[in-house]
Amino acid sequence: MDNIKVTVDNITVEVPKGSTVLDAARAAGIYVPTLCHMDGHKSLGACRVCLAEVEGGRGLVASCAFPATDGMKVRTNTKRVHDARKTVVELMLSAHRQECLTCVRSLNCELQALAKMMGIQENRFQGAMPPELVDTSSPSVVRDSSKCILCRRCVTVCRDVQSVGQLFPVDRGFGTVIAPAAKKNLADVACVACGQCITACPVGALKEKSHKERVWAALNDPEKYVVVQTAPAVRAAIGEEFGMPAGSLVTKKMVAGLRRLGFDKVFDTDFTADLTILEEGNELLQRLKTGGVLPMITSCSPGWINFIEHFYPELLPHLSSCKSPQQMFGALAKTYYADKIGVKPENMFCVSIMPCTAKKLEAGRDEMCSVEDIPDVDAVLTTREAAQMMREMGVDFQRLPDETFDEPLGISTGAAVIFGATGGVMEAALRTVYEVVTGDDLKDVNFTAVRGLEGIKEATVKMVCVEGKGELDVKVAVASGLSNARKLMDLIMEGKADYHFIEIMCCPGGCIGGGGQPIPTTDEIRQKRIEAIYQEDEGLPVRKSHENPAVMALYKEFLGEPLGHQSHKLLHTKYTPRSMWPTDVPLDEEAKVK
Amino acid sequence: MCSESCGCSSDIVGIIEKYDSDKRNLIPLLHELQDELGYISPEVMETIAEKLGTTVGQVHGVATFYTLFYTKPRGKNIVRMCNSTACHIEGGRKIREAVSAALGIAPGETTQDGGFTLEVVSCMGLCGVAPAIMVNDDVYGNLTPEMVPNILGKYREAS
Repeated sequence: MDNIKVTVDNITVEVPKGSTVLDAARAAGIYVPTLCHMDGHKSLGACRVCLAEVEGGRGLVASCAFPATDGMKVRTNTKRVHDARKTVVELMLSAHRQECLTCVRSLNCELQALAKMMGIQENRFQGAMPPELVDTSSPSVVRDSSKCILCRRCVTVCRDVQSVGQLFPVDRGFGTVIAPAAKKNLADVACVACGQCITACPVGALKEKSHKERVWAALNDPEKYVVVQTAPAVRAAIGEEFGMPAGSLVTKKMVAGLRRLGFDKVFDTDFTADLTILEEGNELLQRLKTGGVLPMITSCSPGWINFIEHFYPELLPHLSSCKSPQQMFGALAKTYYADKIGVKPENMFCVSIMPCTAKKLEAGRDEMCSVEDIPDVDAVLTTREAAQMMREMGVDFQRLPDETFDEPLGISTGAAVIFGATGGVMEAALRTVYEVVTGDDLKDVNFTAVRGLEGIKEATVKMVCVEGKGELDVKVAVASGLSNARKLMDLIMEGKADYHFIEIMCCPGGCIGGGGQPIPTTDEIRQKRIEAIYQEDEGLPVRKSHENPAVMALYKEFLGEPLGHQSHKLLHTKYTPRSMWPTDVPLDEEAKVK
Repeated sequence: MCSESCGCSSDIVGIIEKYDSDKRNLIPLLHELQDELGYISPEVMETIAEKLGTTVGQVHGVATFYTLFYTKPRGKNIVRMCNSTACHIEGGRKIREAVSAALGIAPGETTQDGGFTLEVVSCMGLCGVAPAIMVNDDVYGNLTPEMVPNILGKYREAS
């Protein structure tokens, strides 16, 4: 590719043709502040925070969007540039509800950081505020337009990364709000609750619906026996909330921290991830043997479940009937475990720590009640909320001792922990299915073809059947991010997908990049969290789900066999076709403006 | 028909197809549909989104961004009143108050009988005859508040 020479603040750099002024400045090692810009996406130049001076140009340019040309001379450090950028941020502040002390994003807010960096110490412009539209209708995501700075990062993520396209600018000028069509509420449109908009938001305009208070209440209720489960991806990220570098694996400190909060038992969703593999692996084998619907698609990711229910309801028979590990855990906690320790199901309070906001919606689904009308999972905390509770409790996370999960629902394998990364469920399933089909010991458990951040991955695994000696080429595909999932669904719709098994994770990179994870989440950070996940897998003595002794004991004592009667009752579920307008609120009926 | 549930006779799908069902043609497409239907209803937005392979949010976003698109029914007659400097200096506010009083509606509203929609707009290029209003494509300049009821009356009779 052709290169061009650009001089930024007297430093000349060579950058590829097609680069922007921002690219050139970064190549020269010069910091240019940005707000609306997202790496990997076309810039809109919406926020104007990255203004720079181009020699011979008429006015200042938005460096994130302005194309660099050969011989161009750029200045980013003049008084004119600094004054203009500062005014831009001051104008943003003038239309931003400044609740900084009590805002969920305090100290982790890009606007606050810019104001501090630019030395803005007074509100120079005061006047009208933008429309205040607070939408608490979704069980997962809360929107507050009075804090929105209209950068449109959530719009880009919702439309381009997730191909859900529910958030758009409505109206114009000062009256603009980012909202679903006709300013409807999130609960009234096909929002999948993934929370990617939250992790994209530079300020506090989008946040999760908090379950902290109900957890504190349960922890302080002597009647309640409070158990907690932790998803695999949380241990690879929660350290970031306490200032540790991305990729810090903090499983044992996390366990210790949760004990300090007062949970009666600290268990692991990994236990039911292993269980999922036994149920789902056997379901796949059964479909292969009996000519069931193929390809079979994983069902662990609730954002993905919402997506297929809304956008591809005709493909629901492809979904595995397995509940997600979170819900399997909840169902067992309120039946098997409650019974085992002699606690009434209504006094058993089940909390989960999830990298995810869609898990909050999932826990509230009507069908997720194993004992009468008691929900299997009572509260879902995101990684961020769990860290916040530890802070509130005065936990000094980095200095916590190493502690281990409680038994028996805390025992797991390497196959379970990799559920947290894209490709992990597939790899875990292959480790088990291979041994069941071939009767052989799997020498190398690492199926590296399905690992990594690439959006869609494919692999074929040759298996020689122990019965009948026939050969079977199991063809699999793995996708993360819903725009990639959509590509695979379109292939199935066209009859062009000859896969046997597909793993889909709603969020790019899998759960380690979930909407409930620490902010920021970038590709670099995703990669580091993935490395932490595989590091945990490598270090565990048992790395195949069917070798988990506690799961084997559970089948012996309680469940019987995979896909058996008890399993069907507690571990499997049904799906509901949903429309694009799930609540039938007419499109012209606008959400109530506060 | 614009949709299966709708009883209107407009060939909405035909118009969309005339623009190759290409989302890059969304704006001219909205203009033609508005000429045909008077405004862009929510149902029409859904049809457009489906045919163009985009989302209702996107169509709605564009339709609400441009002031020349209407997402609610308009009156038979559109009264445009200027809010820019020249008309302001020549007493434009009094004219606007007189129009509002005569029709009994505020700017942005439509009379209950569907006769008039009132809009405040920026300069219409009629500064030479300020203060001015436009009713549909007709210009009225050098106005005094007393002249307003007569002017509007002509359109009331006609419709």
